[in-house]
Amino acid sequence: MSDTTDGQVLTTQDGKPLKAALAKALRREKLRALLLIAPLLIFVLITFVAPIADMLFRSVENGIVAETLPKTAFALREWDPGSGNVPDEEVFAALYGDMVVAVGEKKHTRLGSRLNYEQSGISSLFRKTGRRIKRMDEAGPFTEQFLDADKKWGDVSTWQVLKQFSPKYTDGYFLNAFDAKRGIDGIEMKPADERIYMLLFGRTLFLSIVITLACLVLGYPIAFLLAALPLRTSNLLMILVLLPFWTSLLVRTSAWKVLLQQQGVINDFLVWTGLVSEAGRLVMINNQTGTIIAMTHILLPFMILPLYSVMKTISPTYVRAAKSLGANDWTAFWRVYFPQSVPGIGAGAVLAFILSIGYYITPELVGGTSGIFISNRIAYHISSSLNWGLAASLGTLLLVAVLVLFVVYDRIVGIDNVKLG
Amino acid sequence: MKLRTVILAGTALAFTGSAALATDLTLVSWGGAYQASQKNAYTDPYMAENAGVNVIWDESSAEAVAKLRAMNEAGNITWDLVDVVASDAIRLCDEGLAMEINPDTDLAAAPDGTSAADDFGDLLVSECFIPQIVYSTTFGYRSDVAEWGGKEPTEICDVFDLETFPGKRSLEKRPINNVEWALLCDGVPKEDVYSVLETEEGQARALAKLDTIKDNVVWWSAGAETPQLLADKEVVIGSTYNGRLFALIEEQKQPVKMLWDAQVFDLDGWIIPAGLPEDRLAATKKLVKYATDTQRLADQAKFISYGPARKSSAPLVGKHATLGIDMAPHMPTDPNNAKNTFLYNYEWWADYRDDIDAKFQAWLAQ
Repeated sequence: MSDTTDGQVLTTQDGKPLKAALAKALRREKLRALLLIAPLLIFVLITFVAPIADMLFRSVENGIVAETLPKTAFALREWDPGSGNVPDEEVFAALYGDMVVAVGEKKHTRLGSRLNYEQSGISSLFRKTGRRIKRMDEAGPFTEQFLDADKKWGDVSTWQVLKQFSPKYTDGYFLNAFDAKRGIDGIEMKPADERIYMLLFGRTLFLSIVITLACLVLGYPIAFLLAALPLRTSNLLMILVLLPFWTSLLVRTSAWKVLLQQQGVINDFLVWTGLVSEAGRLVMINNQTGTIIAMTHILLPFMILPLYSVMKTISPTYVRAAKSLGANDWTAFWRVYFPQSVPGIGAGAVLAFILSIGYYITPELVGGTSGIFISNRIAYHISSSLNWGLAASLGTLLLVAVLVLFVVYDRIVGIDNVKLG
Repeated sequence: MKLRTVILAGTALAFTGSAALATDLTLVSWGGAYQASQKNAYTDPYMAENAGVNVIWDESSAEAVAKLRAMNEAGNITWDLVDVVASDAIRLCDEGLAMEINPDTDLAAAPDGTSAADDFGDLLVSECFIPQIVYSTTFGYRSDVAEWGGKEPTEICDVFDLETFPGKRSLEKRPINNVEWALLCDGVPKEDVYSVLETEEGQARALAKLDTIKDNVVWWSAGAETPQLLADKEVVIGSTYNGRLFALIEEQKQPVKMLWDAQVFDLDGWIIPAGLPEDRLAATKKLVKYATDTQRLADQAKFISYGPARKSSAPLVGKHATLGIDMAPHMPTDPNNAKNTFLYNYEWWADYRDDIDAKFQAWLAQ
């Protein structure tokens, strides 16, 4: 569009160009809207976006080496890690200077635990050296004295780790999350007996899909029933669906333990009926079966409720019309009713899947070793090993995986097709 | 307007009032019977003697390391005294999250004048750690298993013997203790266990030994699981903390017996978080000095079957407060129970924990 008519600029009454005046008014409008949502926006930014961003940043942040051993990190620039030789006296002298300061501030052990994630033994190397540093001769030569304090200072690998993690940012955590590491010749996979994260990611995805499908298969008929029954009966049934919601998650999971274990209620019943022999009691817990059963139970309401609210809006007249036009029950359901319930399936599946992929406590309790998720490892690195960088990179990968799946889902099902009611 | 002023003034008064009357100290522990024993033996008598002190308990010891780091980063330490196992104390000390203590000034001397440093002896495994109890991780087994034909396990390697002692076992879902036991039963002499474990072959060897029973293991992550599994007959033999087995056997009267062989000693104690303000630090130090003196540590053994960390407390250990049974024979340190013990190597595990844990978890997941 052109803003001139016959080459003349349109103006408002007080002579300002109309376009500018309009833009100004719109801007004011926008600002007011922004101010209105500002409290919520600030709240979300501070309590949600900022912590997540901070956590994600930890997956690459690695300032600790350069901060604790600045001179050493600088001196190591000249050293060639592929040379096979330990750095020269100059680097050891820099290390001495740095260590004296670090020990004074009690920072050296912290660096030791950080580098120990990369190579076992560095933790005690720094602790030991820290104790010896006060007794070292300030005049040097330092190489001898450090080797005397701990022979690991004579290992090229120690120095390789130190040099590799000198930069302020690292891809080390992400490589680790991909079961890879940086060797001398570039990135390589870890030995087979140390690869775990990709396996767990794969398993988390697989089990989440299975759980979502199980929820759908079990939830669809219930939602259908709820939507079809008269209000009084359906309300009663609805309470049964919601009841588990009001029970603590831990109680529900523990109840599954009582039911599923080998000396548990279900096995006792099967043995009593003679379906299963005493020796052939089923193993239904502390494995994938346990995780699938317990998680399906927990996530079922998240599938049923969106399905129900969508089905409630489907007018029964359509099915009736289909039947009056000669469709049998199945055709009427499959060609007329089901397509209209797809948005509910979409919403329920997204909810159940996303909740499932990040689940932690139920797999931990009933999953044994074959039924645990990646989130269990993330929790371990957050609360037990304190390797927050690795936890952050695993969390980032999980977040990216969910976003990618969401986009794929959008392409296939269409996010417009998702309805919560 | 007037009402609001009154309310505000009232609240302000209430706050200043409580601050002037009581010093609140937040203690962090493990909950359950253990925390109750600390409350009975340490803090209740302390509060009775010091009217101004109010102790608040937080059952967060299991996540203490992560929470302390988060508090430290936020610059707001809300805990005053934290109960952790020794390996966590070393970790916290390394990270600069726990305060270094001086045993001779911060801890009480023994009644006979022995300095605290000598009284605790080797158990002061870290500069930040104030030991309270010695506990052990050991096995309990059901004494009514028909398939065993009257035999009962007598040594650690019976855990790996599926032929004589069929049935499920429960083991902790982490490498610590399990790999040591595996190597011991694979023929490695006790003194060589850690040097063998340092090598790739040694680690593979330990996992290979565990492989022989892997299909018959239920892995636990909380100490309460093994007693529950034993009581439910889900497992016939399982490892856990000796105090949990004591409760199962003596309090719940389950047909379970202790297999003390190759029990692994470990320590539990206090750390003081780094960066406490002066006044709170002074109040905390006063409490610690009281709570870790000879009598208090001996008193704790009336409530739970863990051995006091001071040498001078051992002779003072008496009977259980409610059951009335003699506690000494139930202590992991009792000579009859401690015929064959294994000493956990803290320094070594601090180095190798990350590496071996990765391998162990990969092995578990496969």
